[in-house]
Amino acid sequence: MNALTTHAPILIIATPLLGAFAAPLIGKLGWTVRTAFAGAIAALTGCFAGLLAATLYTGGGAPIVYVLGGRLPLPSGLAAPIRIMLEVDGLSAFMALITALVAVVAVLYSVSYWKERSGGALYDSLLFLLIAGVFGLVLTGDMFNFFVFLEITSVAACGLIGFRTWRKRSSEAAFKVMALYTLSGLFVLLAVGLLYGQYGGLNIAYLATNLGGTMVDRVALALLIAGLAMKAGAVPMHMWAPEAYGEAPAPVSMVLVANSQASLYALFRVLFTLYGQSLSAAAVGWILIVLALLTIFVGVTMALVQKDLKRLIAFGAVSQIGYMLLAVGVGFAVLATRPDFGLTAITGGIFHMINDVACIGLLFLAAGAAIRASGSRDLHSMGGLAHSLKGTTVLFAVGAFALAGVPPFNGFASKLLIYESTFQLSPVLAVIAVLASIVLLAVFVRAFQAVFLGPRLIARPEPVPWPMVASMVVLAAVVIGFGLFPGFFIDKIVTPAANALWSGQGDYIRAVMGG
Amino acid sequence: MMHIGNLPFIVAMLLVILGLYALLFKRNLIKMVIGVSLVETGVNLFLVTLGYRAEGIAPIYTHAPTAVSQVLPTPQALTLTSIVIGLATTALLLSFAVLVYRHYGTLDVTKIKELRG
Amino acid sequence: MNNQMSVIVRTITRITYGLTIVFGFYVIMHGHLTPGGGFQGGAVVASAFALLLVAFGTAGLKGKLNHHLLQTLEEVGALAFLGLAFAGIGTAFFANLLANSGAVFGGAVPAGPNAGVLNSGGTLPFMNWAVGLKVMTGIASILIAMLIGLRKEAAE
Repeated sequence: MNALTTHAPILIIATPLLGAFAAPLIGKLGWTVRTAFAGAIAALTGCFAGLLAATLYTGGGAPIVYVLGGRLPLPSGLAAPIRIMLEVDGLSAFMALITALVAVVAVLYSVSYWKERSGGALYDSLLFLLIAGVFGLVLTGDMFNFFVFLEITSVAACGLIGFRTWRKRSSEAAFKVMALYTLSGLFVLLAVGLLYGQYGGLNIAYLATNLGGTMVDRVALALLIAGLAMKAGAVPMHMWAPEAYGEAPAPVSMVLVANSQASLYALFRVLFTLYGQSLSAAAVGWILIVLALLTIFVGVTMALVQKDLKRLIAFGAVSQIGYMLLAVGVGFAVLATRPDFGLTAITGGIFHMINDVACIGLLFLAAGAAIRASGSRDLHSMGGLAHSLKGTTVLFAVGAFALAGVPPFNGFASKLLIYESTFQLSPVLAVIAVLASIVLLAVFVRAFQAVFLGPRLIARPEPVPWPMVASMVVLAAVVIGFGLFPGFFIDKIVTPAANALWSGQGDYIRAVMGG
Repeated sequence: MMHIGNLPFIVAMLLVILGLYALLFKRNLIKMVIGVSLVETGVNLFLVTLGYRAEGIAPIYTHAPTAVSQVLPTPQALTLTSIVIGLATTALLLSFAVLVYRHYGTLDVTKIKELRG
Repeated sequence: MNNQMSVIVRTITRITYGLTIVFGFYVIMHGHLTPGGGFQGGAVVASAFALLLVAFGTAGLKGKLNHHLLQTLEEVGALAFLGLAFAGIGTAFFANLLANSGAVFGGAVPAGPNAGVLNSGGTLPFMNWAVGLKVMTGIASILIAMLIGLRKEAAE
């Protein structure tokens, strides 16, 4: 292994952090330099993430451990691991790929999204901070750093949600979201404290070997599930999500979806790797399934009644979080008996993560372009944009069909896996999931018709600049590519991730603790 | 020396509950920020208490006498980090409260909802 | 609008703010030996700025502290911290290059009870300074931004 590969895990986090700290200074040198710098940081981060994922997948999926601050041969042979560690397994690498995709697309889209060219350096700074936080969340192997990165994403995300200080609702939404994010972070911290108090360690692998399923462990688990589900935007604590997605600038809404997924990843990591079979998985699995069904139901029904385009998509995003939670909940519920469909469910849920971020992201970006062009967000006053924004129209349609799970787009590929596997646990689950998808299709067909079709309501919409179109095309390529060749991608990147959850607990622990 | 037992844990949880109450039932944004701060303080107190050992000494000695116990350093580091993060979140929340006040002319949540229409 | 405080407050502020800043720098300087460090020291220094703001109002700061200067210094602090972390990448990110190397702050710490060796800690003291710089300028600019916002409110 050469030096770059060895240090890739930390470089993925440090590069956007460097971008975040340097952006305000670089910003003084003018728009061109600033934009070039942002692009370079995003591209570099993407390369590191790709490198890390390639190393991991070609290495047979054995977890990669990176120790900060010094050489510490692992397994170290000490009773408890010292130093802060990053631990990357199949799932972490998969999440890092998602985050890298989102980061590159968001930076590209942001180049020409802002009409005014001042203040952009601070926006870049916050965006990179958020990206660094999400990368940290998915790569860390330490419970406390989990919390720290969770809070980094909270602060950066809320800074971005309230970035347009001149908008009335932005500040209000940012306040609400920040209060809930902080609360969720403190729940997690309390749980971390409970675990530390019992076992005297913070490393996930170390904790996983020691967890005994005591009462305190259960309280900690309840707190972790509450905190992380809140941050992921699952019902009953979903009320922040439409505010956040709706008020944030379009590229940020997309990054926020990745942020929610990172919280979901954290939840899966806690359930499968930290707790694993030390608790009665079926009960917890069913709790997740019920939460998931509620999330799907609330998301879809609330999307039906929205008049604001971005809030409509936001509720769509909430419902999709439900699908991932449903699939992985099914997987966790059957963890003890390990039937085949459990792995299928997890594969579906994880595959749906990248599909969701691609198609929801595409919808947010297309909606952002439409709103920017028309100067309105109200479905009733936007009609007829297809006349002048042909590209955006097609891209929005692609995103909408993919989200609703229409073949041959990627949403269909992952939802099919989810339907199949949940059907085997209980047909009711699959029926609800299918019905929700159909309603979702209706919702988005209505939105599409209201915004793009019909008579021209806006005389002279602004044209969409090419970087925005290019970034949407990247996402559309992912949507269509993953839809046409699902087998290839499932084989290459999704299966290692699913296996990391389904049967990877032992490997994850051994990489740090040995034995 | 008086033994304090589980008292700090009880106080910590009381603080958390008080904070949650303020966050959920108060209508003034500033009071909600105070609620968040209270929850934070409760959690920090909980962490520090976790590391406390009765009559322990500060954990900074290289050759500490083995007869006495040292308080745990890790929870202190955690608390410190958490305090720093708390500063950032509180500052951000207060800034948004200022902005909300500037837009709506009030800090009352129910009135803001009415004004938004 | 006269936003200065009474003569008592202003006099006490004149006497104490210098001492507060010096104490803050002391806390940063001895961060690797005594309780405290970059964040705490930086917060102490920033509290001196807060004192000035409260006693003299925003007018008292004009010319002394410039918003752009503060922001630039904050970024420099952050970048210095990250740079120090990157410096260790030959071994690992955040590796302490200078500890026990004999260079600046590279002195070895003697075993057993001692009064504390200032010339030790490797990159830690530098990191304390970087964090201290970032925190003092960061908090100062937050205070100034908030106070300016509130004063505008009162004036309207």
